[in-house]
Parts: sequence; C-alpha cells; structure tokens
Amino acid sequence: MKAITREMLGGTPLKEKDFEKGRVLYYDDHLRTAYNWDAGVAMGKFLQGLKEGKIYGVRCSKCKRVVTPPRVFCEECYAPIEEWVELKDTGVIDSFSICYVRWDASRIKKPEVPAIILIDGADRAGIMHKLGEVDPKKVKIGMKVKAVWKRKKERTGSILDIKYFKPIK
Amino acid sequence: MTGNKVAVIGYGISSYGALSPEVSYKEMMYEACVQAYQMAGIDPRKDVDSFVSSSEDFSEGTSIFDEYIPDQMGAMLRPTQTIAGDGLHGVASGVMQILTGRFEVVVVEAHSKASNLTDHIGLIHFACDPVFTRPLLAHPYFLAGLEMRSFLLASGNTIEQCAQVVVKNKNNALLNLLGVHSAKIALEDVLSSEPNFEPLKNIESAKPRDAGFCIVLASEKVAKNFNPEPVWITGIGWCSDSFQPEQREWAIPAYAKLSAEMAYRQAGIKQPNQAFSLVEIDDSFSYKELQHLEAIGIAGIGKAGTMLEQGAFEINGVLPVNPSGGSLGCGNFSEANGLFRLIEVAKQLKKDAVGYQVNNAKSGLAMSWRGLPTASGAVCVLEV
Amino acid sequence: MGLRRVAIVGAGLTKFMRRAEETGRELSFYAGKMALESAGMTLKDIQCVAESTAPDAFDGVHMNGEYLSDGSGGWRKPYLRSYVGGGSGVFVVIHGWYQVASGMFDTCLVVASEKMSSCHPHPQGAFLNIFDNFIERPLGCNLLWIFALEMNRYMTVHNISHEQIALVSVKNKRNALDNPVAQIPEKITVQDVLNSEVLAWPVHRLDISPTSDGAGALVLVSEELAYKYTDKPVWIDGVGWNLDTTYWTNKDLYYPRYVEKAAKMAYKMAGITEPRKEIHIAEPYDPFDYKELHHMEGLLLCEKGEAPKLTEKGVTQRDGALPTCPSGGLLGVGNPIAASGVMKVCEMFWQLRGEAGARQVTRDCKTALAQAWGDLMQVGTVVVLRK
Repeated sequence: MKAITREMLGGTPLKEKDFEKGRVLYYDDHLRTAYNWDAGVAMGKFLQGLKEGKIYGVRCSKCKRVVTPPRVFCEECYAPIEEWVELKDTGVIDSFSICYVRWDASRIKKPEVPAIILIDGADRAGIMHKLGEVDPKKVKIGMKVKAVWKRKKERTGSILDIKYFKPIK
Repeated sequence: MTGNKVAVIGYGISSYGALSPEVSYKEMMYEACVQAYQMAGIDPRKDVDSFVSSSEDFSEGTSIFDEYIPDQMGAMLRPTQTIAGDGLHGVASGVMQILTGRFEVVVVEAHSKASNLTDHIGLIHFACDPVFTRPLLAHPYFLAGLEMRSFLLASGNTIEQCAQVVVKNKNNALLNLLGVHSAKIALEDVLSSEPNFEPLKNIESAKPRDAGFCIVLASEKVAKNFNPEPVWITGIGWCSDSFQPEQREWAIPAYAKLSAEMAYRQAGIKQPNQAFSLVEIDDSFSYKELQHLEAIGIAGIGKAGTMLEQGAFEINGVLPVNPSGGSLGCGNFSEANGLFRLIEVAKQLKKDAVGYQVNNAKSGLAMSWRGLPTASGAVCVLEV
Repeated sequence: MGLRRVAIVGAGLTKFMRRAEETGRELSFYAGKMALESAGMTLKDIQCVAESTAPDAFDGVHMNGEYLSDGSGGWRKPYLRSYVGGGSGVFVVIHGWYQVASGMFDTCLVVASEKMSSCHPHPQGAFLNIFDNFIERPLGCNLLWIFALEMNRYMTVHNISHEQIALVSVKNKRNALDNPVAQIPEKITVQDVLNSEVLAWPVHRLDISPTSDGAGALVLVSEELAYKYTDKPVWIDGVGWNLDTTYWTNKDLYYPRYVEKAAKMAYKMAGITEPRKEIHIAEPYDPFDYKELHHMEGLLLCEKGEAPKLTEKGVTQRDGALPTCPSGGLLGVGNPIAASGVMKVCEMFWQLRGEAGARQVTRDCKTALAQAWGDLMQVGTVVVLRK
C-alpha cells in the first residue's frame, strides 16, 4: 500500500463557527442517576476516624506493612487485614503541583496546591490532599506538613474534615 | 476450539440482597475471589497468569473502573484487564487466553452493586441511542414490551405461558439460598397483576440485586494439578446483533441463535434439545426464557410455552430450565448474570446444588443476554 | 496445537481532530473500512471484532461498546470490547492477538474509536470520576494533578530540567508535520514550551497532547493466512500487559514499574534479551512530553534517568539510533485515547513495511515496539512487532 495522504482519511473536522452558525445539529442529554456508594468496612472506619480527627491505617498480619488508606486485604501478599493503627496527622510531601486551572480549563485566581503526603507512622503510604497556609513557590518535596482540621462539630466523616496540610518545622 | 476444553477449577459467590451496606464493592469482590481461590487451591499472587473483570463504568459510577480491580483480586502488578461485557464475555476472554497456550490459569470475576444507583432505569435509559431512542420515552422497558408482543405473535406462545415462567422460577428459587426474590406464587397471581409495559407486567421483570462472583479457569494441561475433577467448558460462543432496535429481528434473537451455534460447533453438539442435563438461561423478562429456549434450539419454534406447561422444564422434568430460579428468582446481577448462571450449572454438575439438585447432571448450558437495550449475548457449554 | 503466530495485514486511521462531525460509529466505520481495503478484504472475511474505546463518559452512552458495534463491523459477529483505560489502544491489539492465537478465529478486525468532544463543557469532565469516590473526588481533583505530581517527582528524583523534557514536545510536534492524520502539528522551540501557559506546575500547555476525536483499525490474521492478504505481514511477536495497585499514592511515581513488567512479558515472548539493541524503533505513549522519557526507561530502552540525555543527543530523532515516536506521537498527532494507541501500532506497521512516506526512518528496522499507558499510573501495555 502507498503511504497515506490526508484525502484517504475519513473524518470531517468541525470549527466553533459551525456550531455558532447552526450548521451542526446536536442533541443534549445527561445521566439520570446518582450513586450512593457503600463505604463498607475499611473506608467506613477510615471516614469515621476522620470525623474523630484521626487518620487511621492498617497493618497486614503477614507482611507487617502499615498502610493507609485502609483496606481489608493486603494487595502484596493477599492476606486479610484486621489490625487497625492510629497514625499521626503529620507527614512528608512526596510530590506536589501548583494548579492554576479548574477541570474545565477555566483559570482560577488563587492557585491550588495538590500534594501526595506520606503519612507518619505508615510504611511509605501516602494520600492525596491539598496544601494551605503556604507560599506555593516555597513548597519542596520532602517538606514536613501537618493536617489542619475542621472544628469537631463541622466534621462529617469525609476527607474534607481535613481542610488542608500546612508546613511545620 | 473443537476438541479442546478449559477447566473450571474453582468458583466463589459473595451473596447479598437488594442492599449490601456492610461491604464496599472491593470487599465484596475480595470475598468472592477468596472463596474461588480456596476451592481451586491457588495463591493468586503466584499461580494465576491473567485476570479478567467483566464490568461497566456507569454501573459502578466510576470512569476507567479497571483502576479499582487489581488489589482485591490479588492481581496487583499482574496482567489484568476488564471486558466491558457480561461475565460470559469475560469467560470467553479467559478461555481464548488459555487456548493460546501461553496462559495456564485465568481468573474471571464480575459483580453487581446495583443498590448503589439511585435510578437503575436512568442507567438503562443512558445506554439507549442518544439521538433516536432516548428522546422517545423516559422508560426503556417499552423495548421489552415491544419485543414481547412481537415474539408472542410470531411464535404463537401465549401470555399465560410467559406468566408460567415467573411461577416456575420464583418457586424454584425457594430452594436456593441465592433465591432472594423467591415466592410461592401461582399462575393467577401473575396473571392478575397489572401490565405496565403491555403486555409485560412488573412481576415479569427481574429486579436488581447485589452479589459478587468469581471463577478460576485452567488449561487442560494443569487443571488436574489443582482439581482432580473439574467442570469442563467445551464450547463458548458470543454474538451481537444490530444495536439499533429498528434494525433488529424482533421475534428471534439472532445473538442467542448465533452464540449457541458457535458454542455447539466447538462442543460437537448436533442435537441441543438432547444434549443437556440442565440449562441456565437469561430470564431478565419472563418471555425471554421462552424466546431464548427456542433461539438456541432447546425447544422448537413456538413449542417452548407448551413444553413448559407440560412440565418439561421443571427441576424433575426432562430438561430443567433455570432450576436455580434464574434472575426472576435470584435477581438481576447486571454484568455478573452470566457468571451467576455458569456457577449454577457448575454447582449442579458437581452435585453441589443442595436442595435443588438435578438428577444425573452431566452436562449443562449457561446463556446470558446483556439486557436492555442491547442485542448481545453469550452461550457456554459445560460438562463433567 | 503449537503456539500460533498472528500477523497484522492491514491498517486504517481517520483524521484526528478536535471535534468531528461524525459519530463514534461513523469514525469506527471509516477506520475499519480503510483497514479492510488496505488488505484487500471485506467484512465477510472477518470472523470476529475486538473493540476498544476509553471511558464511556466521553460519549455519554452507557455500554458504549454496544453502541459502537454496528460501526465497527460487529453485526452478527462475535464482538468483544476490552478496556484498560488509556492502555486500551495497544491492549486491543493484544486482545485481537489472543482471539486469533487461540485458534478460535483466523481473522479479527481490531477497532478503536474515541469521540471525546461529546462531553461538555470540556472532555476533561469525564476524568473527574476516575478518582477514588470517597477520599479523592471530594477534593475537586483535576486530571492535570496526577501528571503534574508524577512529572515533579520524576524531575526531582533524577534532577531533570524542564528544558530537557520540552525537547520531546518539540521533536514530536515537528515529526507530526509529516503525518496526514495529525491534528495540530507545528514547529515549536523549547522556549515556546516554557513560555506557554502554566496549567498545573510543572506542566505547561505545550507539554500536553490535545483531546481529540478519531478512530483506528487493524486487520489481524493467523499465520496460515498472512501471505494471502499481503506480501509484507507484520508479526505480533511479543505481547505484555500489567496493572499496578489502585493505591497509586502509596508508591513512588518516579518510575513506571508496571511498564517494565509489561515490557518484560512482551520481550520474553519475543525472545528479546537486550531491548536496547534489539528494538530498532519505538512508539512509547506520550500524552505528556515527560511521559515519553518515563516510558523509555520503563521499557528498558535506557537506564533510569537516562532518557533525557538520549533525547538531547538526538538518539530518538527519526535519523537517530532509536527513532522514538516518528509518527509525531500523541503530542503531535492528537490523543483520542483508545485510537491513539492503535495509531502507534499503525505507525510501526507502516514503518516496518517502508510505507511511512515522509516519516520513514533512515535506519533499517526489523523489530518495532508500541506501548500505551493508562489509569492512575497503573497500566502498561506493550506489543513487539517484527517484519
């Protein structure tokens, strides 16, 4: 077969004007259902812990790893996990970003700083959250951070019970 | 595949009801997989070459759902994939991988957490063609009503015979621990209920249900290392008719007919109406059981209803159909329906169907349909 | 039955474009038709269809595979859709491979199609739901975050500069100028990349491949039939795939260990012991420029941290010792997720047959590699092709 040319390829690119001028017909719809996921054993207790102002992890009885977020099975050795460990609410930044856009590509004024924070007490187990009370330009991988919690009566059992993580000495 | 076979060396079921709040989907999958691995005597971290999950993003409420499958299956850092299809489609994938000669043990799982959706019908509606079908009507079950009427007219089966399917299956389910929707009902109970997608009645449609299923497949070469008496898959076929309802053959489902022909060819079956000790086939709607029986050659065209009335398909009849209670009795497991049926056949062949064992079960057929609005299905032939 | 070999005998692609007039199934049809015609076949010659399409959320259709089946040649055939997120485009070729290698089928049409533009107001919206439903989605995550986090980790561990990474974007977008499929090929400089808008530091706009609509297809046949349809079949000699843990925040993102495992699986099957010498041309997955480097290392084509140096030296240019993404990659051609993986396999197919036109690399290549990646830093899918 000869090398392909653009003429051989199917597909008709559209431009913004095609929509503005009404040259293209389309139909709108959206999904008519919501989801109520069962938190179950591991996530249920983790969220309950957050409500209490605690970060829980679990320890595998077979390989002894301490991990978070909690799970009832060890993905490494497949043993069931039943031992719960209260971890610290401090950690170390494993990576971070400074984000200037929302998911729909629109710009935000104050950038967000998402980060992966390795929680103290766990074996290289991190969770994703955001940083706050920090100058984005001063954030470094390896910085120590601590969770800033919502007030007790504002907590609902959600990852947002932690408002953000802030740097500590 | 003629002459080749693949073993089912283990299976597991994590059974819940209309709700399952105690467990997350991950925990439900873990339970089913652990059971299957226990029966097969395998360590998934060492003995399994490939993992398959039959699942759909919107059934879970998560995009790229395969992100969330490996850990609880024991599949972390192993060859793992999802098949966007029914459990039997996942089994087809597993069988093909084994027959390449490069994979000895393959795990297939599927599960349903239908209770986590607030509007199950909204989900089915979202599967319909967005331009031609969705704008017509809010409730997609009208497609089943249309098909039922078309089927009854073409085949000569009757509304009463469809109602009898509900009676048989819901009563069968009374004997099955999985029979969450079982009921001691009689024909009048069904006939006197109101049709809501005429001629289809509400009681004639299977209701969603939560559960997890897992099976372990092994090549002929290694099967006996794990299980000296496995159940054998001797044929598997699958097929899709046109997605557009307007273009389909309404009376005879081509997907069922062609899937069965493919499976029979592989298994060397020439007379399907005599080849099986039992059959577990899709009964998401009552008429579907009769329609599928005729399409796959178990009953002659127009004859399924009569055979049902004569008792041929009862548990102690000449050819038990859905002795488990089917979906009408046990629930609609979404993508897991095919695995549910395959495991029910396997249970029977291993003489493990406590309370509802079919006599002398040597061979069986499991058949699934992907449900509305699809025209896709699969057929699996098993024997011991 | 011995271990059956499978060959690719035909390939087809549509244009990759930001918004196509065609529906997903029309795009599938164009790609499938082109692939069949290139092999001198019709749909009657096809015994089964292997489909791939990434999140249903783009198209706004539950069971999107069913919706696409008519356009993909699936009518009244055994039709199966496999799915591993972004890895699907190369995985579907593996899926087609095992359909034929099993002996159950002699021919298979592999189709991948993507219509990302259906999702409003922005296709990125479909990615909101890839995150953990309990502890990640409430944070208001943005797909860019995971790439930015990984890119930062990779750069920090190996002390790589953004300038080095930007060279990949420059190379691929320029390579794409010779690719008729390409959406936004262009000649840019490293400075253009660094000057482009910062979206999620360290990621700039020109580090990213564009979202696209498009489709690709391949015809696979058994070894007995390969020479019936072409005198230059391309053999699928190695396949590998791997899925890492869901707990992506528990591992160090600097290295894609799942790509290494997938690569080793493929190399073993292909009898490759020294990939750096034995792979002559490669199409690793490059949704972001740093990813090409990340994956080159995971594919064992160089040491960890060495890929940027190879790029600087020009090794990965079309006239280099290891031409990498000669097609222009996702960065240059576009990223209609599942179709982009198939695009890479099509490119290797044409390169091995000497049919890549202006993109044809100078060195004589016998063994090619295509790789895709997906999920939350979890999936590696690899095929090794030989002529």
